[in-house]
Amino acid sequence: MLNSSLKQLSAALAVKKISSVELTGLFLDRIEALNPAINAFITVDREKSLGEARVADARIAAGNAGPLTGIPVAHKDIFCAEGWLTTCGSKMLSNFVSPYDAHVIARFKAAGTVTLGKTNMDEFAMGSSNETSYYGPVKNPWDIGRVPGGSSGGAAACIAARMAPAATGTDTGGSIRQPAALCGLTGLKPTYGVVSRYGMIAFASSLDQGGPMAKSAEDCALLLSAMAGFDARDSTSLERPAEDYSRSLDAPLAGLKIGLPKEFFGEGMDADVRAAVEEALAQYRKLGAVTVEVSLPNSRLSVPAYYVLAPAEASSNLSRFDGVRYGYRAPEYGDLKDMYQKSRAQGFGSEVKRRILIGAYVLSHGYYDAYYLQAQRLRRLIAQDFEAAFQVCDVIMSPTSPSVAFAFGAKSADPVQMYLSDIYTISTNLAGLPGMSLPCGFGAGNMPVGLQLIGNYFDEARMLNVAHQYQQVTDWHLRMPAV
Amino acid sequence: MQWEVVIGLETHAQLNTVSKIFSGAATAFGAEPNVQACAVDIALPGVLPVMNKGAVARAIRFGLAVGATVAPRSVFARKNYFYPDLPKGYQISQFELPVVVGGSVTIQVGQGEAAYEKTVNLTRAHLEEDAGKSLHEDFHGKSGIDLNRAGTPLLEIVTEPEMRSAAEAVAYAKALHSLVRWIDICDGNMQEGSFRCDANVSVRPKGQAEFGTRAEIKNLNSFRFLEEAINYEVRRQIELIEDGGKVVQETRLYDPDRKETRSMRSKEDAHDYRYFPDPDLLPLVISADWIEAVKGDMPELPQAMRSRFQEEYALSAYDASTLTSSLEMARYFEAAAAAAGKANAKLCANWIMGDLSARLNRDGKDIAESPVGAAQLAGLVARIGDSTISNAIGKKVFEALWNGEGQSADAVIEAQGLKQITDTGAIEKIIDEVLCANQKSVEEFRSGKEKAFNSLVGQCMKATKGKANPQQVNDLLRKKLAG
Repeated sequence: MLNSSLKQLSAALAVKKISSVELTGLFLDRIEALNPAINAFITVDREKSLGEARVADARIAAGNAGPLTGIPVAHKDIFCAEGWLTTCGSKMLSNFVSPYDAHVIARFKAAGTVTLGKTNMDEFAMGSSNETSYYGPVKNPWDIGRVPGGSSGGAAACIAARMAPAATGTDTGGSIRQPAALCGLTGLKPTYGVVSRYGMIAFASSLDQGGPMAKSAEDCALLLSAMAGFDARDSTSLERPAEDYSRSLDAPLAGLKIGLPKEFFGEGMDADVRAAVEEALAQYRKLGAVTVEVSLPNSRLSVPAYYVLAPAEASSNLSRFDGVRYGYRAPEYGDLKDMYQKSRAQGFGSEVKRRILIGAYVLSHGYYDAYYLQAQRLRRLIAQDFEAAFQVCDVIMSPTSPSVAFAFGAKSADPVQMYLSDIYTISTNLAGLPGMSLPCGFGAGNMPVGLQLIGNYFDEARMLNVAHQYQQVTDWHLRMPAV
Repeated sequence: MQWEVVIGLETHAQLNTVSKIFSGAATAFGAEPNVQACAVDIALPGVLPVMNKGAVARAIRFGLAVGATVAPRSVFARKNYFYPDLPKGYQISQFELPVVVGGSVTIQVGQGEAAYEKTVNLTRAHLEEDAGKSLHEDFHGKSGIDLNRAGTPLLEIVTEPEMRSAAEAVAYAKALHSLVRWIDICDGNMQEGSFRCDANVSVRPKGQAEFGTRAEIKNLNSFRFLEEAINYEVRRQIELIEDGGKVVQETRLYDPDRKETRSMRSKEDAHDYRYFPDPDLLPLVISADWIEAVKGDMPELPQAMRSRFQEEYALSAYDASTLTSSLEMARYFEAAAAAAGKANAKLCANWIMGDLSARLNRDGKDIAESPVGAAQLAGLVARIGDSTISNAIGKKVFEALWNGEGQSADAVIEAQGLKQITDTGAIEKIIDEVLCANQKSVEEFRSGKEKAFNSLVGQCMKATKGKANPQQVNDLLRKKLAG
């Protein structure tokens, strides 16, 4: 049951082989047993989850269940969920119980899924290793001495350890794909605007996008069909007809043109990662695909552009956390200014403060043109590179991360080294394109390696098809760590 | 030294939409604190702004009314600063690309001989949200925050520094105030803060091309305060310079009790607002079709109506300008003139600007709620016009109509027997009686005292309770005395 696909779980629920209450209980028991070691969850509420499971069982009994009704899903603690503590991994929101549901949460509720808990994450989604969480780092279930990736590290770790069959994540510069790669999972960041950001606590508004994380592309397709959709409360949400993202999973790949950006296959990639990715590409050729070299000449500028734009937006987005209306307020302070300073100094961790400072700096008078506007220009160039590449290929492939999961503390002292672990993923967010990671083997220390797929705008269904066909002939995605 | 005063005004007009500019909460004034603040207004984590189209439509209306360019594309920007009544830590405004560019307002300054017309050019008008309110008095040692006003739509209207006296500034503010109510985008209620001005004031030696250093006087919410504050500030700056001092660029507040302005903050402590385009809102795109639709919905504008009144009803510029000081008054006049006939239009104008306005003023009523309707006033004017009653009796009839003592002027005249006596025989009989009883006055007149004549006329009018046609009395009396 723990290793079943969502489709199998759905079938079991439909024929009453198991109830949602039983299934939810099974995962809750596993969380109780494993979470103390993994630390993937910030909040678990057995009674609340079982209550939702009972509602789902009633719905199944009444015969109006959908494909996800009764299935437990873990939600990243960045999504506001009514009545649930919603911390965003920060002391600042350590007392914030959301009075409302994010659009994504509401969509899952409508689909009848059961909230299994709120998953751990880097503070305000700022991090690539989950070491910045106020609630302590998440451990990689494949090796608890290593990081799970970030910022959706809790989501990745809970699925890898089979504490949850599926989870939601968010991706601003790789926060779904990189932890999926480091934990051996499948994760998808949709085209910007496909999933509503309403109720998803903002890090960098123009880059943030929610998406599914699961074991397989097939599972992700089901989850994305539930998550995606227009929301009038998000002005950047795109008004498009609803899609069934599972519709083309079974299409053959003969003739598929895979673009390989030469800039992504140069130096800086570990040998074990390169080997696994090459092998995956060979597998794709066997499936009838052809590979072509493409060029993304400006992609080398994506990390610097990102570390101007994302902190700029974050510095403003995080201004609302001021201790006035909700969230953390310093216990002692003098005047108003002192209250602001102490509350924010005590409520935010050091990586968040670093990015607020960078952001305030690049937006300040006299620096705005040199940093912010320049970075916006780079962003356009990066998007144009992709546009040119998609003239000659259907999807782009690369490693998701230059290395397998690293040890705790290996990069936390050097922010630039940490930022470079997102070197292959960031350009996708800057261009607003959909990106995916799927397991493609194991590298040093028997740690999972992720293959990144980048699609053209709105090509999610095609990308899921490309991933699914690979998963029909490989079993990397079914491997499970010994925990 | 001869000094020249330079004034530019920034006016915040609250747009009269039912809901807020970026949320669905109500904008009505006077509710209990914080009951009209929704999740978006209090800036809960994860919430997003959505543009209110009604506010945009009002900005377009304004742009059309002042002959400005309505920008096909404008951009919302974040103005970042911390204050407890600014929940997000930034105000959404427009910075580099405003919705309305240019335009002008024509003003009439002064009265009588010294009156002149002037055109004040506008720099721009942009949409933005209002902040909440801090209440410092009600809680001992603490401040209360009321967020009902947070997110109320404002149009900030900025002039070029083209006004040269407090009188011009007040004339502009009044013309603008009348215009925004005329086109129904703002209720103009100054006590409630729906219309408030900031004045940029500087002085320079007459003939100097460069501007002097300016001070900005904030939040002037009455025409009187605007005038007093500017006059005080002009005197202060001139005295300062003449005493060898220098004006510093700063923000000042007007204290109406002490009738003086005082420094609020200098340029040195000015904020760096770190403006940047709001990534949560798409650029505001206004199509030509939208502008056309708004245009089709516009009332005739005051200036056009002014010219038409002069032409169509042969009114003076002053009369036409007074009658078009509000749409209600203009409509009242047109209704009265239509009912009384064009020949009586000037008489209607006199009555509206004279007795009616005075009476409305005395009772603190708007013309829209006048107890004497336009049709009633027209009936009264018609009876004066056709000499059924004199102007003096007209005042009696007006008072009776005001007090509800009759449905129409005719009914009042009939019921109270106020019809003018025009029968020559009857008037001559009365004159004979008066001459007989006032021999002394007759002798005085004959000895050359013209004053005595007036006294005799008065006696005749008194004897008829004012109903005799005064012109006839005059003529007949003179004839008798001569004979």
